[in-house]
Amino acid sequence: MAHESTYKPSTGFERWLDARLPIPRLMYDQFGVFPMPRNVNYLWTFGAILMFLLATQIATGIVLAMHYQPTVDGAFNSIEKIMRDVNWGWLLRYAHAVGASMFFFAAFVHMFRGLYYGSYKAPREILWMLGVLILVLMIATAFMGYSLVWGQMSFWAVTVITNLFTSLDTLIPGLGTMLVEWIWGGFAVGEPTLNRLFALHYLFPFLIAGVVILHVWALHIPGSNNPTGVDIKTKSDTLPFHPYFTIKDGFAVLLFCILFGAFLFYAPNYLGHSDNYIPADPLVTPAHIVPEWYFLPFYAILRVIPDKLMGVLALFGAIVVLFLVPWLDTSRIRSVSYRPIFKWFFWLFVICCIALGYFGSQAPEGWKLLWGRICTIYYFAFFLIIMPVVGLIEKPRRLPGSITESVLGKPSASAVGGAA
Amino acid sequence: MRSTSKLFAALAVFAMALPATVHAAGDAPEIEAQEWSWAPPFGQFDKGQLQRGYKVYKYVCANCHSMNLLSYRNLGEPGGPGFSEAAVKALAAQAQIQDGPDDTGQMFMRPGIPADRFKAPFANKEAARAANGGAYPPDLSVMAKARPHGPDYLYALLTGYEEAPDDMTMSRGMHYNAAFPGHQIAMANPLIEGVVEYTDGTASTPDNYAKDVTAFMMWAAEPKLEERYRVGARIMLFLIAFAIVMYLTKKAVWAPVHKRDHSEETKT
Ligand code: HEC
Ligand code: HEM
Repeated sequence: MAHESTYKPSTGFERWLDARLPIPRLMYDQFGVFPMPRNVNYLWTFGAILMFLLATQIATGIVLAMHYQPTVDGAFNSIEKIMRDVNWGWLLRYAHAVGASMFFFAAFVHMFRGLYYGSYKAPREILWMLGVLILVLMIATAFMGYSLVWGQMSFWAVTVITNLFTSLDTLIPGLGTMLVEWIWGGFAVGEPTLNRLFALHYLFPFLIAGVVILHVWALHIPGSNNPTGVDIKTKSDTLPFHPYFTIKDGFAVLLFCILFGAFLFYAPNYLGHSDNYIPADPLVTPAHIVPEWYFLPFYAILRVIPDKLMGVLALFGAIVVLFLVPWLDTSRIRSVSYRPIFKWFFWLFVICCIALGYFGSQAPEGWKLLWGRICTIYYFAFFLIIMPVVGLIEKPRRLPGSITESVLGKPSASAVGGAA
Repeated sequence: MRSTSKLFAALAVFAMALPATVHAAGDAPEIEAQEWSWAPPFGQFDKGQLQRGYKVYKYVCANCHSMNLLSYRNLGEPGGPGFSEAAVKALAAQAQIQDGPDDTGQMFMRPGIPADRFKAPFANKEAARAANGGAYPPDLSVMAKARPHGPDYLYALLTGYEEAPDDMTMSRGMHYNAAFPGHQIAMANPLIEGVVEYTDGTASTPDNYAKDVTAFMMWAAEPKLEERYRVGARIMLFLIAFAIVMYLTKKAVWAPVHKRDHSEETKT
């Protein structure tokens, strides 16, 4: 919540700095005494986990870039050289690769949390949209990063995805081809393509970091939502960020690191595809071209649609629709816990997304194609039909009077006085 | 609210397990899992096995397959076959390596040194193809990571040569293999009983050759595997201990809040 600053510079230097660049005041107000709803659960620690992961990706990435060689002949071997001959190179490379998977995993949990608790509703629309923008940037970054390995999957994923732009040829003949050749920097995926992918892969994480600052800024105006979706009413509904949430977030980051470490040290290639250990070969197409697991739901949507241009539009639509969620949901109630009908549709949506991930990994034929289509229809129907309609017809359960009441199970005696 | 977080957690775990089914699916033959000495979390390579595996590679596979990412020095590095410094020098010196140009601009041949890469059997891809009836024998450096099921597949491939079933027409120069996708492979069975003489008492059987050369390929693909497990064990232990301390601290920090709530609840 935007609140009066209570920071009191205690030393001469702090007073001097406060009058010039008040960073200590900012930190104190936003991360020291910042009022958090006291009832947020562990799903609210994923923001901190994501911050940690972004920092990890940037740190490992910068060191990798010092040894990486963005050339068609050198890329694959330079990565193997990092793993073999650079001190701790194997750790850097695997941490960066597994870290990308962890990043998406955490972002998906973070987003489903937002969807479930209605964290996108007024006054948090811009916060949510900045989140979706981060997702878009993450997708682009991860795609470009994966291509840098220059293995078979890297090469063919770049080929397939950049070729999607040629579908524009059906609108204006020649437009798509022109665009694709401009992206490639030539007449096929090659060295100029690899070079620009590397340059942009280095740039984008810093764009993400910039948008994350806006995201946290937008968060700190209304403050965090909470599992009841009820606004903060009195001071007793809140606890200061420090020490209560610094310690809780810290604990959660550690738990997450244990999951991260389990993959990193014991199964670093489990989430990847073995074909990417075959150096890129433009003359040999892999039997199945599949993207990394975190793109599979989107890939499924692309492929179940028979028309190429429509498929591409659906692919983009699947993300664009997320930007509109704050206005598609007509319910006044934030938290799905108090929405008896919508609750079912919500969990069905979660299952649908996981199922789309599975179908994305399979050849689109037979019953898988049919169910892939059904899930795709449900994906869009969930946002475009169910969200607006259920919000209008549903009778929500009774909300607790306040956050304190939900914690204590009854109205608080000292709520009016403000116990915190 | 608790149940919601649990549901989230359960679905998350389920979603993470998905890639396993994803990898399992496909049209490749079933591959049986083997027991390997390097299984996580504490496994190690068997030095004797890696030395035998190197021997099989050197005397059999290296006639057709390169291993461009490896140098002779790797054979003596920690976590590998553990050849002595003298043995590495001797092994390297057995190869004739092209070097140059010298002062007169000529290329010349010299015995290998530990810093040299493993000598490749062919000068280039085209020569390799020409010598193998048009099929290219792929580089084996990271082969153990470049196929689904990794070492289990390699072992199955090397022990998978059989008579072709009657109803199958084999293309010319192709060999039937139970593990190879499509079952027709251009590589003839390389592991015939007795092609390599083991001197450490291990039986010189094709099955042992297959196991040993697979282990060697696994090490070649993941030379830092032992270091990874070792560092991993330390970091995981540290993380778990730190997490416990952090949990107790978190409980202590929150205790006054919960105590106050409790007294509020009991106040009438
Ligand atoms: C006479 C030459 C020759 C020898 C000796 C040889 N290979 Fe091969 N190998 C080939 C050729 C040719 C191919 C390509 C086969 C194809 O694509 O059909 C191949 C393919 C392979 C593959 C890839 C199979 C796949 O899944 O694509 C592996 C692994 C392999 N060889 C391992 C070995 C090992 C281990 C040895 C030593 C024990 C060995 N080879 C000895 C010629 C040889
Ligand atoms: C680089 C990736 C991201 C970082 C570092 C990040 C960071 C954060 C942080 C620190 C918080 C506050 C703590 C919390 O509530 O969990 C937060 C809240 C939030 N984020 Fe993100 N985020 C990222 C991506 C996303 C994405 C992809 C979305 C989805 C569109 C999103 C939507 C939200 C929402 C709606 C909130 C408010 C939650 C609430 O108060 O209930 N974020 N984010």
